[in-house]
Amino acid sequence: MGYVSNYRTWVAKNLAGTDVPLVGKLRRPLQALPFPYTAPTVPQSVELPDCPTKTGTNFPTDWARSEPARMTRAVLIDTMVKPVMAGLAQPTKRGADRLSELDGPAIFAANHHSHLDTPLLLSALPTPWRHNVVIGAAADYFFGTRVTGALSALVIGAIPIDRTKVSRSSTDLARDLISEGWSLVVFPEGGRSPDGWGQPFRGGAAFIAERTNTPVVPVHIEGTGRILGKGNSLPSPSRTTITFGEPMACGEDEDVRSFNDRIEARVAELADEAMTDWWQAKKRSHEGTTPELTGPQTASWRRIWALDDERPSLGRSRKKVWPKG
Amino acid sequence: MSPRKAPRPGLVLDVDASTPPVLFHHGESFKMEKLPVGRSRIIYPAEPLRGLENPNQAIIDALDNPIDADPLRAQLFPDMKLTIAFDDISLPLPPMRKPDVRQRIIEAVLDIAAEVGVDDVHIIAALALHRRMTEAELRHAVGDRVYDAFAPSGRLYNHDAEDPDGMTHLGETLHGEEVQISKRAVDSDLTVYVNINLVSMDGGHKSTATGLSGYTALRHHHNVDTMRKSTSFMDQENSELHTKNWRQGDVIRNAGVKIFQIETTINNNTFGETGPLSMLQKREWEWTGRDRAKFLALQGGLSYMTPSARRKAFHNWKAPYELTSVQAGEIEAVHKVTTANTYAQHLVPVEGQTDIMTMGLPYISPYNVNSVMNPILVAVLGLGYFFNLYKGKPLVRKGGVLIMSHPTPWDFNPVHHPSYIDFFEQVLAETTDPIEIEKKYEKQYAEDEWYRHLYRTSYAYHGVHPFYMWYWCAHALEHLGQTIIVGGEPKAVRRLGFRPASTLQDALEMATDTVGPQPTITHYHNPPMLMADVK
Repeated sequence: MGYVSNYRTWVAKNLAGTDVPLVGKLRRPLQALPFPYTAPTVPQSVELPDCPTKTGTNFPTDWARSEPARMTRAVLIDTMVKPVMAGLAQPTKRGADRLSELDGPAIFAANHHSHLDTPLLLSALPTPWRHNVVIGAAADYFFGTRVTGALSALVIGAIPIDRTKVSRSSTDLARDLISEGWSLVVFPEGGRSPDGWGQPFRGGAAFIAERTNTPVVPVHIEGTGRILGKGNSLPSPSRTTITFGEPMACGEDEDVRSFNDRIEARVAELADEAMTDWWQAKKRSHEGTTPELTGPQTASWRRIWALDDERPSLGRSRKKVWPKG
Repeated sequence: MSPRKAPRPGLVLDVDASTPPVLFHHGESFKMEKLPVGRSRIIYPAEPLRGLENPNQAIIDALDNPIDADPLRAQLFPDMKLTIAFDDISLPLPPMRKPDVRQRIIEAVLDIAAEVGVDDVHIIAALALHRRMTEAELRHAVGDRVYDAFAPSGRLYNHDAEDPDGMTHLGETLHGEEVQISKRAVDSDLTVYVNINLVSMDGGHKSTATGLSGYTALRHHHNVDTMRKSTSFMDQENSELHTKNWRQGDVIRNAGVKIFQIETTINNNTFGETGPLSMLQKREWEWTGRDRAKFLALQGGLSYMTPSARRKAFHNWKAPYELTSVQAGEIEAVHKVTTANTYAQHLVPVEGQTDIMTMGLPYISPYNVNSVMNPILVAVLGLGYFFNLYKGKPLVRKGGVLIMSHPTPWDFNPVHHPSYIDFFEQVLAETTDPIEIEKKYEKQYAEDEWYRHLYRTSYAYHGVHPFYMWYWCAHALEHLGQTIIVGGEPKAVRRLGFRPASTLQDALEMATDTVGPQPTITHYHNPPMLMADVK
């Protein structure tokens, strides 16, 4: 029978190697299993019928913003997350001064390379926002079961966001929270980078900002992909850089699409700034030669090859992506 | 009654990156396939309509209040000859759970006949040139009460189209088509026909003009020319097959044969809304954890079974179909209502044709109930039945490609399909051209004494039946540029004149030879049954 034999073949093939940690080897087959071994994804054009499920976008997170839960989360972030991130990611924080004029809630829009992006950003956010922020997390991934949903809501203050489309329930929830004074962290790429390069920004952050008249703070996170990139199961310590940009507002005559493009372009400038310096990045921005976050549109091996040239030169040893040995 | 309050209509889904793999039936197994993003769509059938709350009362109401006819009770009298004919084993598919619709209706008719005092009653399985039904199959269809009351005395039996004393020639249509039906029906004061309309092809004059007929009359519409002019034979308004049947029906009526037609429609509840196969009639993204577990367990279990054990397991499945309508009276008036009710369940509006049509063929077709799905039946299920399930224009464009998924074993049931074996070994080995086949071989097979003997005394399809199956494919064969079978036995597939492919991806690649690069693809998610209304 096809599925069982395919699975056996896959396991035999993928567990045979010696260059992957054992935990990773054991987890990989489970992560890579297709439907129907794992839950199905929902086509973007389909509205699911009303159902009493309490997972996904329907997962209730009100309780995670109660005072006891906030206190618990604050303690966890300050006593556990920050020290762990300091040891594992050795973050360099840049541009926090750009937030000095910011007053009230904001939407932090960051690129996304790793599961570490959220705890790292939480530990790096300045205090007015750190303990008063919710994280827009993929409803299908983080809220797929009640256990993962509860942990995500409690530990990082996650709220379920439908990443396949701009859904009314996700937008309404975000708007309500912003009106209550909560800030929002969103990863507009919709998922972690599969190959080290960025992905095109989706319009959710721009849409919510436009609807709620809230400023967007572009954020670039560099280096987390080396620590725990997509497909890795064990972290490998490395340095990281978090760069905050100037808060941005949607122009009066600007539509959501162009505002979203502007946010993506600004994050690309921050990436350039993190890899070079502020001045060079500024000049390239004015010249219109800022490298795109999404990298060269060529064959996959050339994208990986080119990625190696994009590593910031910060005086530390550089690891070749390929070839090995 | 179905627990679902508002059954959803059919759906045409554009495949995007979030679309999960789609279910393909694959004989007595299944495949999950990914279709190319951005240029594929999937047509899902409508959910099962709600069944009638009280089917027995609905039947009584229909008999008492027929359309354009007197109530059944008023047409019965004590010394009359009453014949009840009913659709054979080919309907419905899969066979339905007890009590079968036919049992409900025949019992209701007999209740009235008994009350009136009718003694001379014959009950006939209207099987035309299909195989005879076994005792178990007859019992399932009409119920034990009816069987035990009529079969032992020889008053419940299978129609025999080759009985020289049992058929009556009623004349010809204005177009020269001969009309011949069961002598018992002609001699009866009233023939009650009990129909199950699974698809829109069924019913109407076709019930009697075909079901109670024989080769002499059937050859006038079961031929290549008629099938090519039927676009499609599921769409009565554009079906030459139906036009000819209707003309023969006029001759039957003008000859004084009185027919009281009872037609029924059933819903799409093929695999049940609960139970071991319920996931097969759900849209994939709505599969729950339990559905996935059931599917994996089913696939796992099937992988350890022999082909015959798998076949037996599947053919034991009885569908929990529910009666959605019953209407009785004058044939044409009744059939209009029936067709509308059939369309209400099956029609799915579709915008435009496609370059490639894909379909997964299930384990069952009208002609292999409790039997082997041989390669000819694979062809007719895909190119005959599923291809023709359209209104307007074919789902696939002229010169397009049809990709079917089925194991297509070189395997035949020698009891049920003896002439199929010879047709496959001798006729198709020489040519797959329907015209040439019809001209050169049909008569020889139709009049073969051995096949005739097996049809009358054993459980064999008539000698000419495999020809009709090939003619059923004639419209598709003429329309398509190429036919590919995924996962089929290469030798058998090539004998049919089709191309074998190991995987769907290979098949899609092969199809580009005919339809060019980046073709549009439409997957027919059938069964449960659907009919594309192509604009």
